[in-house]
Amino acid sequence: MKKLILITISIFLLAFSANAGSNGELVLEKKKQEEIKDCFEKLNRATFSFNQGLDKAVIKPVAKSYRKLPAPIQRGTSNAIRNLSSLITIPNNILQGDIKTAFINTARLAVNTTVGLLGTIDMANKMGFPKYVKEDYGQTLGVWGFGPGCYLVLPVLGPSTIRDTAGSFVNVFGGDPWYNASVHGNNEFLSEKIYLTSKALSGMDFRADNIESLDNLEKNSLDFYASIKSLYTQDRQNKIKNNQRGNIEVLYKNEEDWEEIDSQ
Amino acid sequence: MKKILIFLFLFSLSNNYVHAIEPDVFVQSTVNRASQILSKNMTKEEKITELKSIANETVDIVGVGFYSLGQARKNLDENQKKQYLKLFKNYFLKSFSSRLAEYTNPEIDVIGKEKINENYTIVNSVLAATSNRPEVKIDWRIYTKNPGNPLIRDLIIEGLSLARTQKEEFSSILNSNNGDIKVLFKTLEKFSNS
Repeated sequence: MKKLILITISIFLLAFSANAGSNGELVLEKKKQEEIKDCFEKLNRATFSFNQGLDKAVIKPVAKSYRKLPAPIQRGTSNAIRNLSSLITIPNNILQGDIKTAFINTARLAVNTTVGLLGTIDMANKMGFPKYVKEDYGQTLGVWGFGPGCYLVLPVLGPSTIRDTAGSFVNVFGGDPWYNASVHGNNEFLSEKIYLTSKALSGMDFRADNIESLDNLEKNSLDFYASIKSLYTQDRQNKIKNNQRGNIEVLYKNEEDWEEIDSQ
Repeated sequence: MKKILIFLFLFSLSNNYVHAIEPDVFVQSTVNRASQILSKNMTKEEKITELKSIANETVDIVGVGFYSLGQARKNLDENQKKQYLKLFKNYFLKSFSSRLAEYTNPEIDVIGKEKINENYTIVNSVLAATSNRPEVKIDWRIYTKNPGNPLIRDLIIEGLSLARTQKEEFSSILNSNNGDIKVLFKTLEKFSNS
């Protein structure tokens, strides 16, 4: 029953994403440049405030404590989380038609899980494997031509879009082998608690890495909500285009606005 | 008369040659100046004051200001434009230098450049990793319309454009207030005076 509800929600979200991402005329129109509408701005801003409160009261203090742990423990945790994420990255490499990277990431997973002691040591990196780049189902939907749909701020989880939220649901439909093994695996070693702990650690690792930069951004923003929205949008666009130095087409070639200023 | 014209022509040529500054050299020299200030033993306020002076010389504040305003710039009259540019300059210098002042002794190396057109070159650089953070890629959009006086128009940190972020922030403020430019002016003023 739970699964049926999740499937229904995802289909609804994807349909909505396709419509919101298009101009209403073409359902699956491929967008050249993504413009994210803030259809639920009032609700989003309220959720954002709630998340900020939660962050100040709980998440940031815990992240600060996490940063006080010995560096090898933090590095080991970070490596193990990244290793687990490759279980989602590999199917997405395949879905995006990048078979070569799927092979490389599978080899990386095998090396790091065995020689790298359950992923705590990034042996593949030491052996000269190419830099690991995460992929997820939201990105795959983007590569397939789905527009982002409206911007969403999720409680606790933070910024997202309708497309990316729908992509996250795929994880619990069987798209994440780690989730399947932990929650539905029927084995004595893994459980739902372990899965949730790994997700919480992943969030904590990210927050601990960004304490100063987020403080700095908040202090120097006129509208912190809008800054986070813009940065999230840009980051997702870059990830979908697999461009680590920014989306050249959008950032560097799209000169319209700058040129207009020059001619004034 | 002919001699004078030839002299003036040659003078202008040599003048252009002497003063043309390569965008990558300009960026490296600017970051070196900023790094020197950031590694000095002085208070944060003193650092901010000196960084403001560098930003004032090296950033095209008027261009960034109009870009940040987006399409709303078309609706401003001359007085409003003057008022906006004054407020924006104060806001920008404070915001930009406060952000930079958080870094201590940053090591930035220019690693390449790509000429987009006559007006723009993108300079690629890397902020070296420390024990607290990994390496950070920083690209600089350099405005080269006047080759003798290149100016910074945008910083793209790990693919995230500061100018675009600022533009979307301003747009959000305007959209939330029915496009009332006075609200944006007040917000900029409040930030600069805080």
